[in-house]
Amino acid sequence: MEKVYEKKALTGAEAVAYAMKQINPDVVAAYPITPQTPIVEYFAKFVADGEVDTEMIPVESEHSAMSAVVGAAAAGARAMTATSANGLALMHEIVYIAASTRLPIVMPVVNRALSAPINIHCDHSDAMAERDSGWIQFYVENNQEAYDLTILAVKLAEHEDVRLPVMVNLDGFIISHGVEPVELYPDDLVKGFVGEPKPLYPLLDTEHPVTYGPLDLYDYYFEHKRQQIEAMDNVKKIFPKVAEEFERTFGKKYDFVEQYKLDDADYVMVALGSTNSTIKYVVDWLREEGFKVGLLKVWMFRPFPKEQIQSILVGRKGVIVLDRSASFGAEPPLYEAIKSALYEAAVRPALGSYIYGLGGRDIKAEEIRKAFEDAINGNLIVDEQRFLGLRE
Amino acid sequence: MPVNLMQLAKEFDKKDPGITQGHRLCPGCGAPIIAKFVLMVAKHLGYEPVVGLATGCLEVSTTIYPYTAWSIPYIHNAFENVAATISGVETAYKALKKRGRIPDKKYAFIAFAGDGGTYDIGIQSLSGAIERGHKFVYVLYDNEGYMNTGNQRSGSTPPGAYTTTAPVGKLLPGKAQLKKNIVEIVAGHENVYAATLSLSEPMDFFNKVEKALKFDGPAFLAVLSPCVRFWRISDDKAVEISKLAVETKYWPLYEYERGVYRVTRKPRSFKPIEEFLKAQGRFRALLARPDAKDIIDELQKYVDARWERLLVLEEATKDKPIR
Amino acid sequence: MALKGWKDIPIGGVIDEPGKAREYKTGTWRVLRPVLHEDKCIHCMFCWLYCPDLAIVQEQGKMKGFDFDYCKGCGLCANVCPAKAIEMKPETEFLK
Repeated sequence: MEKVYEKKALTGAEAVAYAMKQINPDVVAAYPITPQTPIVEYFAKFVADGEVDTEMIPVESEHSAMSAVVGAAAAGARAMTATSANGLALMHEIVYIAASTRLPIVMPVVNRALSAPINIHCDHSDAMAERDSGWIQFYVENNQEAYDLTILAVKLAEHEDVRLPVMVNLDGFIISHGVEPVELYPDDLVKGFVGEPKPLYPLLDTEHPVTYGPLDLYDYYFEHKRQQIEAMDNVKKIFPKVAEEFERTFGKKYDFVEQYKLDDADYVMVALGSTNSTIKYVVDWLREEGFKVGLLKVWMFRPFPKEQIQSILVGRKGVIVLDRSASFGAEPPLYEAIKSALYEAAVRPALGSYIYGLGGRDIKAEEIRKAFEDAINGNLIVDEQRFLGLRE
Repeated sequence: MPVNLMQLAKEFDKKDPGITQGHRLCPGCGAPIIAKFVLMVAKHLGYEPVVGLATGCLEVSTTIYPYTAWSIPYIHNAFENVAATISGVETAYKALKKRGRIPDKKYAFIAFAGDGGTYDIGIQSLSGAIERGHKFVYVLYDNEGYMNTGNQRSGSTPPGAYTTTAPVGKLLPGKAQLKKNIVEIVAGHENVYAATLSLSEPMDFFNKVEKALKFDGPAFLAVLSPCVRFWRISDDKAVEISKLAVETKYWPLYEYERGVYRVTRKPRSFKPIEEFLKAQGRFRALLARPDAKDIIDELQKYVDARWERLLVLEEATKDKPIR
Repeated sequence: MALKGWKDIPIGGVIDEPGKAREYKTGTWRVLRPVLHEDKCIHCMFCWLYCPDLAIVQEQGKMKGFDFDYCKGCGLCANVCPAKAIEMKPETEFLK
């Protein structure tokens, strides 16, 4: 039985704000930055109209946004924020602190290129710079997923065996400002799914006073970090359970990755974010011409679902990885992760790395097709960095 | 009702103020005394303190894992964001109280920070929190330098004081700039209570803490916190040096409340600023310089002018709040 | 105190034992020790008020002595005492 709820045409930002409205967190502290701003604007209107009773803090910078949210979450509140690009970079110090303090904060990140030069358009450099921070990271393909995963993230973050903050990445302008139909769930269903927060060590419990943020010398820091590693490993066990409950409640199935026409695919493309929609179109296009191609869309980037990816990619003829960010001086992040995952594969596919879309550069179906053709024609060189849509 | 010392002594003979023994601050440090005073007054008035602390001497020395010298809820986040962190805690309290998820207690949200985390790297966070009007008390323990990391200059370091990043050398006479007037910066936010406090005037101290706690908005208390190590004074001199600071007009005791200035201690006679400088080893190199007299004269003119200005402000703003 | 492994400590770096610093006896730092001359003491409570280490023992406003588990020997008590009832002596005089 597939229940379908009312659909509305919404931008991704409005869909995320709507999810936040239904979650109705205790505290939101956010600072506007293009292209995240509409999320804050919509939510501020909900607050002003009394549609939520969230306490909203109009902080004076992103660094203070994450600091306030850390304070609120430590106090025992369900706290959220949102940001993009340089805003995320500015709060970088506190992003690490949020994860190492094990606070279940959920933050939609509207992906935008990091300066310099200043660019307000989509790429993944902002979130990639946080990949070591200890946050769980999702990348969504469209407005529906942005809405869904914001809701799912709350449940995952607050799970007692996880207790880690979650970043829900949505492509700047493409998802945030593009209008798509989004199926919106009834308020009580969302409320029931996220449930009541159960804080661990709330500051406001004066009967059990706790100290947050002590000084670790070299005798304890390592052990605290090992605990974080364990928590990330737990995510791999807990996420399927949360996803299953999400499916039972809302009818949508989420997983570490989405497999698109992979059953008999010889050549597989791997990517994050909204470009996956275009890749699906190209996969269909090539399939009509008889080519056995498919798409491995990665939903969860941290923790990196190495086991799933290994089992899916082993034995393929060619794997093409598209990265919407660069890691200057090394291979781009998704490619590096995929290649490393395939190190011990019994049969290693040919691999090719393509950087595309930096600073919002549009990626065309023809360009994606060309990458597939490189694979089909046996023209993948594992150590050669290629680019799609770059003017030479 | 003003807080009474004997009352406090009888209440806290066995009761824990919130900061405990076993912390590892230097013998004779002003910071734990300041924390003790503030927390005792808060508890005496029936508040349950929740403390935020910026990175610095007080933070590091009281919370070396797995030990903590805090028996009350405490959070350290980072160096520059105690005001933003406490904003979050205070807002969480408002939200959770509204939603009935916590019992209604009389909390006092108190942020402690040194001059590093206040004048310099922390000024944005402090300003934002004050502008937003959170109900919290910010206690600055001003030891006039980044002392926890070995005496680097801060925006609060007085001219001529020896610091490792602005040393008095053959060419340069140490820090050239005067201290930022942090209380005036905070007062510029208008809708605030801001005051200077001294360990040498405990009754004035307690009164101002009480006012700050009861103020329906953000309150800022600047306390001079002598640093035994880097002011190069002996371990037992913290209170004496604080007294000298007040008597030489270096640290005038006054308060600002929504536009109204009040000078709360007017010593009958003052001492020359040179006495304050001579009492501390950190000014030794300055005093040995050939142009020492000129620098001292300039400093004397400054503290005199600043004192006169305070008296004029007190007169001009008497009973004339602007917010 | 034996060091604990990563499975035996609270997550998030949180310390859930308030006042655990009391297990750390800072009295071992002492080089000078305060000695009370009880005949001179006027029980003004200034020493108690100012001690940075909460090492003055008093009962209901009556000065009793010092907590040598924590006293660091800074001498502030002797310095602020209006009756000069506290004298700082070298700790070596008290070593057994």
